[in-house]
Amino acid sequence: MIDTAERAHSSSFLREVIRETPGGERIIHCLQCGSCGGSCPNGPDMQYTPRTLFAMINSNKRTEVLSSNTMWCCVSCYLCTTRCPQSIPITDIMYCLKRLAIREGLAKDSDAPALAKTFTGLLDRYGRSFELGLASRFYLFNKPLALLRMGPLGLSMFTRGRMSLVPKKIKGIEQLQAIIKKARQVGGAS
Amino acid sequence: MARKIGIYVCHCGSNIAGTIDVEEVARWAGATIDGVAVARDYKFMCSSLGQQMIEEDIRKKGLTGVVVAACSPHLHEKTFRRACEHAELNPYLCQMVNLREHCSWVCADKAAGTAKAKALVYAAAERVKQQVPLEPMEVQVNPATLVVGGGIAGLQATLELADAGYHVYLVEREPSIGGHMAQFDKTFPTLDCSACILTPKMSEAGQHANVTLLTYSELEEVSGSVGNFKVKVRKKARYVDETICTGCGICIEKCPRRVVDNGFEAGLGQRKAIYTPFPQAVPRIPVIDTAACIWFDRGKCRACEKLCPTNAIAFDQEDEIVELQVGNIVLATGWKLFDCHKLPQYGYGRLPNVYTNMEFERLCNAAGPTNGKIVLRDGKTEPKSVAVIHCVGSRDVRHNESCSAVCCMAALKFGHLVLEKTKAEVYSFYIDMRTYHKGYEEFFQRLLKEGMHFVRGKVAEVTDAARTPGEEGKLIVQVEDTLVGQQQRIAVDMVVLMGALEPQADAKELGLKCGISCSMQGWYTERHPKLDPVATMTDGVFVAGACQGPKDIPASVVQGAAAAARISGMIAKGHVMIEPIVASIQEDKCSGCKICNTMCPYNAIEFDEPAGVSRVISSMCKGCGTCVAACPAGAISGAHFNNAQIMAEIRGILWDAVPSGNGQAPGVPAAALNP
Amino acid sequence: MKYAYYPGCSLEVNSAAYDISVRAVAQLLSIELQEIDDWNCCGATEYFSQDELTACAVIARNLALVDDKVEQLIAPCAACFLNLKKTDKLMSDSAEMNGRVNTCLAAGGLSYRPGRVLVRHLLDVIHGDIGEAAVRDKVVRPLTGLRVAPYYGCQWVRPMSDVDNPEYPMKMDDLFTWLGAEVVDYPVKAHCCGGHMTQISEPQAFELIRRLLQSAVDARADMILCMCPMCQLNLDAYQGRVNGHFGAEFKLPIIFFTQLLGIAFGIAPEQLGFGKEIVAALPVIKAWLGRAAAAVA
Repeated sequence: MIDTAERAHSSSFLREVIRETPGGERIIHCLQCGSCGGSCPNGPDMQYTPRTLFAMINSNKRTEVLSSNTMWCCVSCYLCTTRCPQSIPITDIMYCLKRLAIREGLAKDSDAPALAKTFTGLLDRYGRSFELGLASRFYLFNKPLALLRMGPLGLSMFTRGRMSLVPKKIKGIEQLQAIIKKARQVGGAS
Repeated sequence: MARKIGIYVCHCGSNIAGTIDVEEVARWAGATIDGVAVARDYKFMCSSLGQQMIEEDIRKKGLTGVVVAACSPHLHEKTFRRACEHAELNPYLCQMVNLREHCSWVCADKAAGTAKAKALVYAAAERVKQQVPLEPMEVQVNPATLVVGGGIAGLQATLELADAGYHVYLVEREPSIGGHMAQFDKTFPTLDCSACILTPKMSEAGQHANVTLLTYSELEEVSGSVGNFKVKVRKKARYVDETICTGCGICIEKCPRRVVDNGFEAGLGQRKAIYTPFPQAVPRIPVIDTAACIWFDRGKCRACEKLCPTNAIAFDQEDEIVELQVGNIVLATGWKLFDCHKLPQYGYGRLPNVYTNMEFERLCNAAGPTNGKIVLRDGKTEPKSVAVIHCVGSRDVRHNESCSAVCCMAALKFGHLVLEKTKAEVYSFYIDMRTYHKGYEEFFQRLLKEGMHFVRGKVAEVTDAARTPGEEGKLIVQVEDTLVGQQQRIAVDMVVLMGALEPQADAKELGLKCGISCSMQGWYTERHPKLDPVATMTDGVFVAGACQGPKDIPASVVQGAAAAARISGMIAKGHVMIEPIVASIQEDKCSGCKICNTMCPYNAIEFDEPAGVSRVISSMCKGCGTCVAACPAGAISGAHFNNAQIMAEIRGILWDAVPSGNGQAPGVPAAALNP
Repeated sequence: MKYAYYPGCSLEVNSAAYDISVRAVAQLLSIELQEIDDWNCCGATEYFSQDELTACAVIARNLALVDDKVEQLIAPCAACFLNLKKTDKLMSDSAEMNGRVNTCLAAGGLSYRPGRVLVRHLLDVIHGDIGEAAVRDKVVRPLTGLRVAPYYGCQWVRPMSDVDNPEYPMKMDDLFTWLGAEVVDYPVKAHCCGGHMTQISEPQAFELIRRLLQSAVDARADMILCMCPMCQLNLDAYQGRVNGHFGAEFKLPIIFFTQLLGIAFGIAPEQLGFGKEIVAALPVIKAWLGRAAAAVA
């Protein structure tokens, strides 16, 4: 599959996206129809619609793409993927762009990378998510004032028994951590 | 008889001579190969001088076989065979060697290429020594033709053949001929009334002395081959005696049972249980829909029978099988519409004012359910804005990969009709604007001037979920305007979906009956997509119109005419010549196991029950060799490709594996070399 | 029939009502749930943003821990469902991916053969496996007169939409029709609740939530039924914030579909996690019960 892209386009960024996304080779079939941009619930808030991003990827505009806020607006609703007439795995490409953007340190405009990092950090440590930990860490480091606004909600959740004060750690945390460590080793970039 | 082979090695300019030492090959062939009377090389063998050279040598030297080492047989086999024929040498004693595609075009090294060329020439020479004269077979052509499908393509083919004086059986599945074109309102780009330009052809076909109309009928079975097909057509029971019915229409008028017409009216209008699909139907003989008829359902009514002035209603009528003999078959079975339910984001079937293209045609048609008024489903409200969505089900790998060829023009046509008939705003939502034929681009420019709005973006969804008061009660088209790069919501009253053209549901099945195949997408496979779009790989079976691939009316007409012309030529000639490269079965060796019967891809082998042996139907045999290989008793041989000839070729290729002089190879059994 | 049960982190505490009602209903329908021993978090939508292989490996640990004798897994949370199913498919479709994930699992002494476990959502199990006749049979209190808006969200219907229509799903609609409820037809039932947008960008998130609430209210629904903890959280816990942001007055109870299913089956509300939702649902249920009783009288 990668061969076709190699011959057809000279964009190294395109080849990178194809490599890093399962099923990514479908992107070369993009008709630029705009179904994705038209479907996205957060489309109006994106700097560039997903379709525009594909045109930019084709044009090798790596920095512009990875600096955009588009993928951070993606909520994984999969409407674009479902409707794309060329079966391009658009949501998965958004995940790929998120990964690349974080790796390149180009994800600046959104709090989403920080949320992702905080969440996975807790998972790595406990094997489970921990809302209070997530909320406190995330808001404290990124938007402390918002934490105040969250107060009443937090309280009502707590009084209804919907928030735990302490994290839960799985028994096999070491097993999980060994798996994660291996994944980091093997996966390297991807 | 002494063997005298003539060997001719062509330079083909520098095409062959550039990588192969052609003079050396010719010289070596003359010196080395047994039985070679003359060996020459020449710049262009296919030229008249080259051909003359062969002819002269045949006459003067009494050649018994000719080898031409040049380009592909696809190009010039006929040329050199003809040259032999002129010099009165049987054309099947000529063999071509492809030194171009098989040698010069694939060898980089001159020494290796020349060595390969020598081996190939030796092989051909050995082969030719084993070849025997063969005569092509002549098959008479029945001047009658079967045309399946009474749409515009089928009608064109029918009328041209009929006018040329040949009989045509026109089989049509619906109660009337006319096809989809009868449903349209106007045709692009001229905006002619579709029925007005179609009905004269329909009328003519209905009245032509040389046309037998078999409507409400389907093709059941085909056997035979080009020039001589036997077909069975099922005439479905109309429950009306066509010999008596005058088409007065009283039965239709008085029938108490009304149902939704999902056929001609695309579900938009209604018809009676006894009906003709439209007023200008040919023939004007009604049909009873047994699923709707009260008599067939509950055993009551029969009003039509009581009121028919000529007693033409026949409730006891049965399907009839008609057997016909024809020389050629034309399949012109057209297309069906994509089911727009498959794209739920457009709300078809759920949101009332979303229409398909065919429904919209009926809406616009003056003889349609709203008498040509463009109104919403309530039957009276005129829309203030209409959205036309291109590519619904086309250019979509999940449904139809292809472009449907006509929808961009039809969408523009719809835009024009909306602007002409109403005060509404009309939008086109497109990915590309495909307006490629004569007058088409100009038609697009016309719509630009008329004020149709164009948004480049494939619509993401059509919804009634209003977000602002202005959107309440409307259909909202959500789309990315890709030329601007922003998502937009446009509120309209009516949405028209340009559904894709798809192959008929039973196209493949029908094709197989006639011995032709379909592409992966389901369109009939033509003999050559560029140079032979109406013939198929089965001689005598032609395709015309949209069944071969989505196309507009002019293209369908052209294909219908092309098929008719081909057939006319064949009928005028009176016979067709069939290549004698066919299989034959040695009956005394045949055990009647019938393995060959089932293996033959062309159904060209029949089994003679009383005799207990299989026989090849030469006129249908394509010489593929499958049966020859399959026969466990070795009872079948393929003319011009028999074992002796093939082994001789192999022997020739291995010429330098055999020590020179004695013709025997160490370790190779003599029997293998001399079967 | 026995199914492996993967509750997911949300069902432990913040959506305990879902877990409680799932277990109650499953028991009644003879769906035997065997909770995976020591399962770990699936990573939601967050791990794929960081690292694909790690995300898959973390998810695959759960698949690997499923009992050998159990063939199907139920995940009530749509996001967990998608993650588990997606990972299984990635491993099935690519020998390379399969190799890499299994290399990681091996570091933890585990392995998983893709395709061994069929990942399903409880809704599909009830609709498809249990079926209409059996469900109708268990109804003790028909939901007649109660107007419900089934809300599907995204990640169960898409992208692995082989079990229901990806734009206009019907299985929850069907289920509640079988239970006698008046299922309202509203156009946004499979539109996005915003997922984690409430943490990232409130104005965007609140607008998405508002649209869903407004549509259900326009359809005169008495409540919204969810099949995902994130959806329930967004629609329920943030309803007050949405009201504040837009000056609206939504007061629409948002509960898990299994909670109402349990009511229809005659299970007491206390045993179905009622009372945990922020916008109180019990008063609405009680009022309906009152109306139903009065109608009979």
